[in-house]
Amino acid sequence: MKSKILIVDDEKDVEMLFRQKFRKEIKSGSLELCFAFSGDEALTVLDSEHPPQVVYVFSDINMPGMSGLELLEKIKNRFPQINVSMISAYGDSQNYEKAMNSGAKEFFTKPIDFDSLKKEIGALMSEKN
Amino acid sequence: MVLGIISLILLYYLKQPMGLITVSAEWKRIFNGGMVAAAAIIGIAAVKIPLISGLATILSFVLAAIIVVVTLKNPELHHRKGMIYAWLPIMAVNVLGESIELINKSFYTKWENYFEVAELFAFIWAIAMWINNSKQRKALEQEKLKALAREKEFKITESLKNQLERQVEQRTKELTEQKNELENTLSELRAAQNQLIHAEKMASLGELTAGIAHEIQNPLNFVNNFSDVSTELLTELKEELQAGKTEDAMEILEDVIQNLNKIHHHGKRADSIVKGMLQHSRSNTGQKEPTDINALADEYLRLSYHGLRARDKSFTADFKLNLDPEAGILQVVPGDLGRVFLNLINNAFYAADEKKKELNAKGEKDFMPTVTVNTKKISTGVEIQISDNGKGIPAEIKEKIFQPFFTTKPTGKGTGLGLSMSYDIVTKGHGGEIEVDSKPGEYTVFTIKLPKS
Ligand SMILES: [Mg+2]
Repeated sequence: MKSKILIVDDEKDVEMLFRQKFRKEIKSGSLELCFAFSGDEALTVLDSEHPPQVVYVFSDINMPGMSGLELLEKIKNRFPQINVSMISAYGDSQNYEKAMNSGAKEFFTKPIDFDSLKKEIGALMSEKN
Repeated sequence: MVLGIISLILLYYLKQPMGLITVSAEWKRIFNGGMVAAAAIIGIAAVKIPLISGLATILSFVLAAIIVVVTLKNPELHHRKGMIYAWLPIMAVNVLGESIELINKSFYTKWENYFEVAELFAFIWAIAMWINNSKQRKALEQEKLKALAREKEFKITESLKNQLERQVEQRTKELTEQKNELENTLSELRAAQNQLIHAEKMASLGELTAGIAHEIQNPLNFVNNFSDVSTELLTELKEELQAGKTEDAMEILEDVIQNLNKIHHHGKRADSIVKGMLQHSRSNTGQKEPTDINALADEYLRLSYHGLRARDKSFTADFKLNLDPEAGILQVVPGDLGRVFLNLINNAFYAADEKKKELNAKGEKDFMPTVTVNTKKISTGVEIQISDNGKGIPAEIKEKIFQPFFTTKPTGKGTGLGLSMSYDIVTKGHGGEIEVDSKPGEYTVFTIKLPKS
């Protein structure tokens, strides 16, 4: 079964990077990636399907407008079933604790270690299948 | 005998002061001698010894003549001229009478009545003269008094003048000291100002550091990620080529080319940030150079945002950039103008964040602090607008915001130099204009107009 994952980051090049990193999974059809470049955009994506097809959200914290932490709170409020993990350049305890207390599943630091990210996504896909 | 008495009287008066006029001690001694002589003559004449008393009478003539001549000839005794003229007829009549009496007594006795009449007229003359003289003397005295008063006045004026001169001198000295003191203070203030400007630059560099770190970290992450993924892709490419799948190989190659472009792009991005930071920290030697205003505004908006964000984890705000592609290149000092942008943008975020905090305290959570940077090509050059939806600037302090040391931020949060320095950089440094428009509680817009060089 296909897993749909939403990646939220204000840096648009993230999309290219992810699409290349997961090209095999995308090609094989086991993974579908969608992207949003702000918190608002992410909520729009989630709101566009009822119920949302997205099962996992990876969000940057440091974004103009709605921050990743605010987005996390909103998603957890409205779609408690969706997993949310944070990806931030700032791995300090303040951000970490806030994210974990708000219900984040994992906390990844930038530069992204794609191996651990793949492991996390792999675990999600095997759980699904 | 009569002439002796007259001489005695004359000498007595000559000795006395007339009003304010006095005679010298030497004259007084001479007059005293004269008086003794006159008294002796009177005494001798009174004994009535025929020959001797006649001689005394002649001596009295001589004495009287001496008195008259001396008084009239000496300038020092001129004030007594009137008295002499008054007495002169009596003296003349007596000289004549007594001479005739001496020479021919019977003739004198025969004409005695006439002599007495003459003497009477001479006496009347003397009185008339005396009245006239005393009038003149009073006028003279008045005159003298006035002269004295004038002199006194003059002396007072003189002393006042001296006093004033001393005061002026004193004041001049004081003022010179004050001037020197003020000059010292001024140069100390100048030095302090330079230090403050330097401190402000360093402080804003400090504010930048966190933003710079983030802004360099991000592109560097991309450089690392894209080169990693390219290595993976090249390994895959090798496999695809070995398997003879040319189409897939081409696809991978396209990606690798794209990645190399991205690596280049993000490397440039980091490079320009480091260059900007160096420009920012550079001192006043900053030279004008062709600068892409849009890129500069973009760069400093991000630096400001990420700087604030890095220092305050609870800080959330949005920013918008509306850049006019026509804005183009201007001759500016990039470091200085960057400092202006940074300052205005930091202020804008600060004002919007303050409003958010106030609203949050009231339970309103929906407000999104937003800073917008617009650029626009105008006929005279480029217009840059930095606006925020923050708490605004009260009308009463709008006039003061460009003054040095004026700040509404809490102590320790602002030096109060940012806006005044920005003002100087835009107006003096670049011949531009800077204006502020604000509605308290709603918005603030700073508009900078930079001329084409
Ligand atoms: Mg980000």
